[in-house]
Amino acid sequence: MAVDRSDIAKLSKLARIQISDEAADEAAKSISDVLALVDQLQAVNTDCVLPMAHPLDAVQRLRADVVTEANQREMFQSIAPAVQDGLYLVPQVIE
Amino acid sequence: MHQFTIAELVKGLRNKDFSSTEVTQHYLERIARLDKTYNSYITVTPELALAQAKAADKRLADGNQPALCGVPIAHKDIFCTTGVRTSCGSKMLDNFIAPYNATIVDNYLDSGVVMLGKTNMDEFAMGSSNETSYYGPVKNPWAIDCVPGGSSGGSAAAVAAHLAPAATASDTGGSIRQPAALCGLTGIKPTYGRVSRWGMIAFASSLDQAGILSRTAEDAAILLNDMASYDTKDSTCVERDVPDYTADLNKPLNGLRIGVPKEYFGEGLNPQTAAHVESAIKVYESLGATIHSVSLPHTHLAVPAYYVIAPAECSANLSRFDGVRYGHRCENPKDLNDLYMRSRSEGFGAEVKRRILVGTYALSAGYYDAYYSKAQKIRRLIKQDFVDAFQSVDVILGPTSPSPAFQFGSKTKDPVAMYLEDIYTIATNLAGLPGLSIPCGLVDNKPVGLQLIGNFFAESQLLNAAHQFQQATNFHQQTAAGIE
Amino acid sequence: MQWETVIGLEVHVQLATKTKIFSGSSTAFGAEPNTQASAVDLALPGTLPVANEEAFRFATMFGLAVNAEIGKRSVFERKNYFYPDLPKGYQTTQLAEPIVGTGFIDLELEGGRTKRVRIHHAHLEEDAGKSLHEDFAGMSGIDLNRAGTPLIEVVTEPDMRSAEEAVAFAKKLHSIVTSLEICDGEMSQGSMRFDVNISVRPKGTEKLGTRTETKNLNSFKFMEEAIALEVERQIDVLEDGGKITQETRLYNGDTKKARSMRSKEDSNDYRYFPCPDLLPVILDDEYIETVRKQMPELPEAKRARFVEQYGLSSYDAGQITMDKFSAIFFEASTKISGEPKLTANWIMADLGAYLNRTEQRIDHSPVTPELLAGLVVRIKDGTLSSKIAKQVFEAIANGEGDADTIIETKGLKQVSDTGALEKIIDDIIAANTAQVEGYRAAAEDKRAKMLGFFVGQAMKASKGQANPQALNELLIKKLNG
Repeated sequence: MAVDRSDIAKLSKLARIQISDEAADEAAKSISDVLALVDQLQAVNTDCVLPMAHPLDAVQRLRADVVTEANQREMFQSIAPAVQDGLYLVPQVIE
Repeated sequence: MHQFTIAELVKGLRNKDFSSTEVTQHYLERIARLDKTYNSYITVTPELALAQAKAADKRLADGNQPALCGVPIAHKDIFCTTGVRTSCGSKMLDNFIAPYNATIVDNYLDSGVVMLGKTNMDEFAMGSSNETSYYGPVKNPWAIDCVPGGSSGGSAAAVAAHLAPAATASDTGGSIRQPAALCGLTGIKPTYGRVSRWGMIAFASSLDQAGILSRTAEDAAILLNDMASYDTKDSTCVERDVPDYTADLNKPLNGLRIGVPKEYFGEGLNPQTAAHVESAIKVYESLGATIHSVSLPHTHLAVPAYYVIAPAECSANLSRFDGVRYGHRCENPKDLNDLYMRSRSEGFGAEVKRRILVGTYALSAGYYDAYYSKAQKIRRLIKQDFVDAFQSVDVILGPTSPSPAFQFGSKTKDPVAMYLEDIYTIATNLAGLPGLSIPCGLVDNKPVGLQLIGNFFAESQLLNAAHQFQQATNFHQQTAAGIE
Repeated sequence: MQWETVIGLEVHVQLATKTKIFSGSSTAFGAEPNTQASAVDLALPGTLPVANEEAFRFATMFGLAVNAEIGKRSVFERKNYFYPDLPKGYQTTQLAEPIVGTGFIDLELEGGRTKRVRIHHAHLEEDAGKSLHEDFAGMSGIDLNRAGTPLIEVVTEPDMRSAEEAVAFAKKLHSIVTSLEICDGEMSQGSMRFDVNISVRPKGTEKLGTRTETKNLNSFKFMEEAIALEVERQIDVLEDGGKITQETRLYNGDTKKARSMRSKEDSNDYRYFPCPDLLPVILDDEYIETVRKQMPELPEAKRARFVEQYGLSSYDAGQITMDKFSAIFFEASTKISGEPKLTANWIMADLGAYLNRTEQRIDHSPVTPELLAGLVVRIKDGTLSSKIAKQVFEAIANGEGDADTIIETKGLKQVSDTGALEKIIDDIIAANTAQVEGYRAAAEDKRAKMLGFFVGQAMKASKGQANPQALNELLIKKLNG
């Protein structure tokens, strides 16, 4: 499956990755190349095969409902780009 | 001193032939003097290393120290280290100092292991040549104009150039085994779930597994003893006792059934590489192993399936890098969308962006079944190939990489050509099996890797097979010309 | 044209676990911003989720309470979208294999009508953080304390036909989750939030109209208002020949207005896929049966028990058991007073009205079960008339002490003492000779009506403290001479 500039625009929006107009054609080409590789999968009949999300047939272990985390706000926010009054700052969120 | 293996360092430290401080200083001095050539480290931590060495020396003096106490190693910069930058090879995390250690980092700290620094890598472990690192490419000590392999190229080059006696690494599609092959080292990727992923920055969660790059299989076994653990912080980490991986190293290989998949010797394999692998098979025969032809019929689908699954998982795993809580944030975002768009576009390199976009595409409405779901079904078929093969053999043997180290820039323009570098290693990750690469010869003075794939949790058997090979050959003792 | 309203609900119920669904951070409400946000909650690189067993136990209880099949295999998926209150850039939720399958809840509506609302499914997921829109120089502040709090999202079929039914469903759901003690029910703190899908269609037709979704309603009152407003808007649009746009709407409870938030065209492609950091959760029959045995009494069973054990009417029992805390209050107070009916009446009438008026919850009521019991005992033994009792109740609510203290200090004791009453009656007879004459001259059947005048006078003279029964008896005796 080949992708075009409009696909790239859509993907760019979904993934929040900016792609300039100049780079869009090249991005479309290289992604189309990857998809061409991937399209080999379509030739195989997998009608009776269940998808495998995980290599091991393991099941989830559950954790006891016990508080184990202490407040480390100061440390966590020491690596944050913008904080005020203990809050992470972002450009105004408009709902 | 930098000729010593880990096993020799352990012995020397225990016998007080030298102190941890002396070994550490020696390596730090070498790194400072020689790493300009190789660019194998992103961050070197001399003060921390010397402090750790001093503490280790005290434990050594007191006696009762753990096996690895005082041994210096390097960590791939994908493992979080408290107080030390963990960049994952990306501009996005150039300023990121993790507030916690990866479990494997803690495990080694508990053992008194000294950290020399953090090694270079492909950005977010996405690459097979180390050319995608924000910190510049790593040079292969065997051929300075060639790549060391990736993504653990920094770890591999550091060990090959004797700038660390061993290093940690991670493998999502071959990122330990392929650089091991290209740099003439031993590299092991354990069974998925054997080693905790806590604190290892995720690329593709269902494929990522930490492992080791070392000079010998014996060193890998010693290091794996402390790396592997059951960790309640990782839901996918398996609750299973960690055996002593050195226990079986000297077992004779009489009766070991080695399977050779015909699909690993097809088109694309360098004939000289193939010849060395054939020679290695002869060595195993001479050691008492029996050789059996096996088939892994879905091998050709491993790379296509991987390039759906890994990008899909990475597209979600890398969404957290949004410029809000840590990492790169663009200057003066004009609104929320601008913050996301610019922070991510500035912070990620081209290959990372490409994979995020491919993954986004594979998961998007209308394509999920054709791509993601299809790839997950193929993944089951690939695993089943191995399960079937392991009915009749103990170990599967083949080349690690289709050819020796290639020149910088020769595959960067063609992502698909680069992806095919991992054609023999990727299936192991999809299946979750342990895999190992050991050197088995040189082509044009560049190393060739031999891959051994084991059954689930059969690391001991793999290490035994590798160690016996290394007892019978000296490929692992060869060093690149020009290494002091 | 006659229109029919069609309503389906999506309800987010915060589970009352001590810790988050995937980390060991506390979920306590009201902490300083970001002090309950761990490395996992902040999505720091390299961190991994581990699922909380209590969240599964709670979800299982819920499933059993709504007659649903429990998903013996449930799978977490990632729902991908960017938002500052969503640190990972995806929400971990369930889609294809949820923990709770199809079920139903039966509602009792006014006039004894019943209604079955089908549950499509309910799934476990993590809550997001909060964006605070106070002005930080043109910026918003993000608090991630709530991020990762376990939720079950309950999705109904579009089975409700009016705001009344939707609110009845919401109240019943509230009563179930609070009785199970899997949710604290604190709606003002966002513990239960309702998304209402509304459409209208010509009465008698089958095809569903285009729906809108009004999001994040956190009180029954707002829900009722928002539905009424939206139904009216949709009918207006359709009757004017317009079309309904499928969109998400926001209702503002202060301004009583709603507005469009985003239309379907802007809606995200969420790219769900199974979360590779979490494995399938497998629950077996034995586990489910163990949970079933641990389940607290459900409102319906409690109602039946209250009828049986306390002799309450079915209606009263239903009212009292609607809210777990009022049932607890009732049982605690009745245990002391031994007067179930009187206690139930007071809870439903005076106490209920008082709590409504002062916007307090019964479990935080200043009139405690002990205080109400003290009052009820004094009504029962004749110390207080029901009228004075209301006065005493207000004083208790004002914190002036218990019933006996207030009766004592305010001298509100009911006058039943014959001597004192005789004195009052004698004075009234003496002062109203004409009325007395009239009474005595009147026919027997007219007298009862005329008695009221004397009762009134006597009550007034006793400042309301006369025991009405004793007063009546004595008055009749004296007037009859």
